[in-house]
Amino acid sequence: MIPACRLVDLPRGEAFRLDIDPPVSVFHTDDGELFAIDDTCTHQDASLADGWLEGCEVECPLHASKFDLRTGAVDAPPAKLPVRTHEVLVEDGMIYVQVSTDAPNLPPCVASRLAGGPA
Amino acid sequence: MVGASLAGLSAARSLRKQGFDGRLVIIGDEIHRPYDRPPLSKEFLAGGIGEADLALEMDGEDLGAEWLLGTRAAGLDRTERAVRLVGGGEDGREIRADGFVIATGAAARQLPGSDGLAGVHVLRTLDDARALRDELAQGGRLVVIGGGFIGAEVASTAHALGLDVTVVEAAPTPLAGPLGEDMGRIVSALHVDHGVRLLCGVGVKGLSGESRVDAVLLEDGRTVPADIVVVGVGARPCVEWLEGSGVVLDNGVKCGADGRTSLAGVVAVGDCASWYDPRAGIHRRVEHWTGAQERPAAAVATLLAGGAVEPGVPRPPYFWSDQYGVKIQFAGHAAGADSVTVEEGAPDDRNVLAVYRRAGHPVAVLGMNQPRLFTRWRKQLAAMTS
Ligand SMILES: Cc1cc2nc3c(=O)[nH]c(=O)nc-3n(C[C@H](O)[C@H](O)[C@H](O)COP(=O)(O)OP(=O)(O)OC[C@H]3O[C@@H](n4cnc5c(N)ncnc54)[C@H](O)[C@@H]3O)c2cc1C
Ligand code: FES
Repeated sequence: MIPACRLVDLPRGEAFRLDIDPPVSVFHTDDGELFAIDDTCTHQDASLADGWLEGCEVECPLHASKFDLRTGAVDAPPAKLPVRTHEVLVEDGMIYVQVSTDAPNLPPCVASRLAGGPA
Repeated sequence: MVGASLAGLSAARSLRKQGFDGRLVIIGDEIHRPYDRPPLSKEFLAGGIGEADLALEMDGEDLGAEWLLGTRAAGLDRTERAVRLVGGGEDGREIRADGFVIATGAAARQLPGSDGLAGVHVLRTLDDARALRDELAQGGRLVVIGGGFIGAEVASTAHALGLDVTVVEAAPTPLAGPLGEDMGRIVSALHVDHGVRLLCGVGVKGLSGESRVDAVLLEDGRTVPADIVVVGVGARPCVEWLEGSGVVLDNGVKCGADGRTSLAGVVAVGDCASWYDPRAGIHRRVEHWTGAQERPAAAVATLLAGGAVEPGVPRPPYFWSDQYGVKIQFAGHAAGADSVTVEEGAPDDRNVLAVYRRAGHPVAVLGMNQPRLFTRWRKQLAAMTS
């Protein structure tokens, strides 16, 4: 479990990015639900925490693919792969994330950078 | 469905999503399955991604459609309610249908007199991009005619590949149309920042060369030597095939605020369509990826309901561009703004969030490397205008 931020510091409609590698973001929906998904879009190097949150979906800030916060599924290209979802827990007003052990679907440019290749 | 690219594919998806389970025929001039065009001037041209990465269909996606690729629609017969085909072994065949979606997009404008001269390129299709990529790999001097988005992106990509690049723009300030004078100047300064020559306010008289281009001749008498020339002077809607069909054309297919055309049972979407913009009270042909992606849902709803639905107000148009590693994003309409203010960042750092206002009300927003703030403003703009 990784502590993210305090619940009071994450208003509805906002996202908090955890700077782990690869980064994970926690979203607080307008309905008051909390979800955590990989922060990096599977298409290119964009931060989904910067995206457009609407209901249980976040639209990538760059090219408008939408990801379902509940399942990680993507609705339409240019992104074609889902993001991972992570478990969220609130304890004593603190938000915690249990990072998934699945392999992330990082975009090619980011994956090669993490592998030590050319950015 | 005529046109098998982004707008056509989005319309086909919307049809199935909205419950249409009848026969669906998709007619496309190009032999390729639907592919993504924006990377053609960016990552694909740079060699960073391959053709498989351009596919717009998801793995295993099946829309239950008949695809007639490499086949062109040559005419629409309103009384027979049929499309006439040419090419792809379908010559002369007619396809009758209850409803039609026109999604034939746009084609790159050519420079008059450049026919048949080797080394001269336009960039619209995958085939164009393959040819240009192969030539850029040879290196040399590139002259880009036109300082619009596609021209600027080609210049940026070619510069990164190590070519010697010059951009020639007829207007005094590149991008002044879409971005306004002030921001057009700031964004186009990216060329100069990176050592790419930018010649503005001068037209092109012609090209020189025997079988292969060797220079671009400017109207002021200058000659710019060139091994490769890219003509990026805009695109024209592919609607000639509709002439005489009864579909009213005016800078593309003239449409209502939901894509309906002058003929019942015919809607138009994407770059070929000039939708009525209820906010501005005029028709506009929007040539952006997100428009071609989002608007077909509304057009298809209209088609399926026989025109009986109230059109919603589409989100303000949005586009992006990547140049010299800077992410440029723009939403709204710059024309009509009476002020532009920098809300965040500094123009000199090419890191800016600028808001365009008319009588104090935001009408457009520009971001350079500001995705987070940009999205907030874009959301606000949509909320204000819906
Ligand atoms: C190099 C490049 C870079 C771009 N970059 C960006 C960007 O960064 N951001 C952005 O927002 N937008 C960008 N765009 C614009 C974006 O790609 C277009 O808005 C989008 O492709 C429009 O989709 P469309 O389906 O309406 O038309 P198109 O993609 O033009 O597709 C129309 C299809 O119809 C076919 N067709 C034409 N006539 C017929 C006929 N008579 N019969 C059958 N088929 C026919 C054509 O062959 C074509 O395949 C870029 C475009 C290009 C070319
Ligand atoms: S980076 Fe997210 S859709 Fe392109």
